[in-house]
Amino acid sequence: MKIASRFLTPPETGEVVQFHYEGEAITAPAGLSLAAALLAHSGAFTRQTVNGAPRTAFCMMGVCFDCLVEVDGMPNTQACMIRVRSGMVVKRQMGLRGLSGGNDV
Amino acid sequence: MSEFDLIIIGAGPAGMSAAATAANGGLHVLLLDEQQQPGGQIYRNVGQNRASRGWLGAEYASGARLVDALDHPGVTVQSGATVWRLGSGPRVVWSQNGVSHITSAPHVLLAGGAQERPVPFPGWTLPGVMTAGAAQILMKTAGMLPQGAVLAGSGPLLYLVAAQMIDAGCPPKALVETQTPRMMLAALPYLPKAAFAARVLLKGLGLIRKIRKAGVRRYTAASGFEATSDASGVIHFSFRSKGQQQDLTCALLLTHQGVIPSTHISRAAGITHEWNAAQVAFQPVRDVWGATDQPGLHVAGDGAGIGGAEAATASGDLAALDILHASGRISADTRNQRAATARAMLFRSRAIRPFLDAAYRPPAETLSPPDDTIICRCEEVTAGAIRQGMREGPQGHRQIKTSLRVGMGPCQGRMCDATVRGILSAGKASRMGLIAPPRARSPIKPTKLGEMATLTNDQEETA
Ligand SMILES: Cc1cc2nc3c(=O)[nH]c(=O)nc-3n(C[C@H](O)[C@H](O)[C@H](O)COP(=O)(O)OP(=O)(O)OC[C@H]3O[C@@H](n4cnc5c(N)ncnc54)[C@H](O)[C@@H]3O)c2cc1C
Ligand code: FES
Repeated sequence: MKIASRFLTPPETGEVVQFHYEGEAITAPAGLSLAAALLAHSGAFTRQTVNGAPRTAFCMMGVCFDCLVEVDGMPNTQACMIRVRSGMVVKRQMGLRGLSGGNDV
Repeated sequence: MSEFDLIIIGAGPAGMSAAATAANGGLHVLLLDEQQQPGGQIYRNVGQNRASRGWLGAEYASGARLVDALDHPGVTVQSGATVWRLGSGPRVVWSQNGVSHITSAPHVLLAGGAQERPVPFPGWTLPGVMTAGAAQILMKTAGMLPQGAVLAGSGPLLYLVAAQMIDAGCPPKALVETQTPRMMLAALPYLPKAAFAARVLLKGLGLIRKIRKAGVRRYTAASGFEATSDASGVIHFSFRSKGQQQDLTCALLLTHQGVIPSTHISRAAGITHEWNAAQVAFQPVRDVWGATDQPGLHVAGDGAGIGGAEAATASGDLAALDILHASGRISADTRNQRAATARAMLFRSRAIRPFLDAAYRPPAETLSPPDDTIICRCEEVTAGAIRQGMREGPQGHRQIKTSLRVGMGPCQGRMCDATVRGILSAGKASRMGLIAPPRARSPIKPTKLGEMATLTNDQEETA
């Protein structure tokens, strides 16, 4: 699924970075949050719940945890709280990682 | 010993104004914020945007003044710094770039602000459904403009976002408002007092005028929200307005029902909380200076009770003056005299709250949604499951939580605590305060075990 876009994105005039998302090379303005870059890219789901439901960034301020993705092999990264970095490898997070398991905290 | 006299958690208007006042009074201040730039929610990225993105409005631009004031030798700003524990001492444990630090200081000011009230309805978890605040954050931080969006819910922020969207050239397709004429009538008695905040009142009227002039379609007394999405990701939004079924199609559905204090940190710190019936939310108990019942801990801003940016700025100032006094920098008389301006500002900005609280009260279906609504986004627990659980015995917030795992996912209840409370109270706001708030435990933000393990009990750094 790829919705054309839910947002009108500004023309890239300044510095840009390139990163990888699900094997695809994506260019985004430097300084953007990863969640914003992924929403600008397609606005489609970036994580799947245990029950297989699609989710993507919802609050953009670090409270909902629906923007969790895998960044450079590290699961449970809040995409809305980090910036895009050149060369970062981002994957959708499918299902839960240990983080919310019963005895981890 | 730490080199800091005061640690402030949160660089919104409350934290920034407190930092400037405290530093001007001679204190060494550490200002921690998990965002990448100081500004808080209202002034997100204002330091970077300045002249550009004028459509965010003059009030937004005025925040740059607070950010500039942080450029003071007495203030150390750490951005991207998430506080995940607050212990007695007070000791603050915070994580930055995957490394945790412990810093102590005689005084800690909690200025963590607010979050939007969850607005659960069938379909609110779909990609393409977001909070209105989230869209505003994208406008502020990325210049991304919502396309063909529908705004739904109620409250001043909904009007503000609509007006900002109009000025940015991407007006909402429709405004779907839940408030009813009855709610407006209930708010009328508070209007005379609100006249003290005439400027805010006029600004609000100006926003509504702008929305009218732009020809944005408005539906009022809306209820029965439901969203589905098709294979292309397009959202189909249905609701009833004045008894009529309505169906709208949009790329983005942005919902909002006001904001509630973020209390994870203050609850985890052991501060006593009280129910604010008018705002339908818990808030920390504090005195006129923001001092709490925990030694060394003050609270200010929306995290101490929703008052808006001006009230947040004033309350940050008051807390800093009290801390200057407690640190022996100024006498009680000086503190009281210097507080006059902030007090007047606080009085004015609070004058409009009773009116706003009554006019934009969250509707019963937001507090206690229909059975098939997922209310815990992390663990995918529905309202029906909670009602079923209640029938089987457990009645308290904590028992429901442990038996259904509701609120036990990574967001730790931030997205469902208010709804669980609403369901347990059968949607009656008047009963919601009778249930004790759930315990909040450290880490208040999920932290990697490895990172925690690197900390030892007596280790302390000076940032
Ligand atoms: C999404 C959103 C958008 C809003 N937009 C507007 C607006 O445009 N206009 C308006 O008048 N009002 C707006 N509000 C209301 C607004 O919250 C307040 O009026 C004002 O920002 C309150 O100021 P504050 O200093 O209390 O908190 P905030 O401005 O919210 O600042 C709190 C800061 O604390 C930080 N923080 C929180 N927890 C931690 C932690 N554990 N570790 C480190 N840092 C932490 C946050 O990152 C944040 O920067 C908005 C609210 C929300 C939730
Ligand atoms: S979008 Fe909500 S936590 Fe990132």
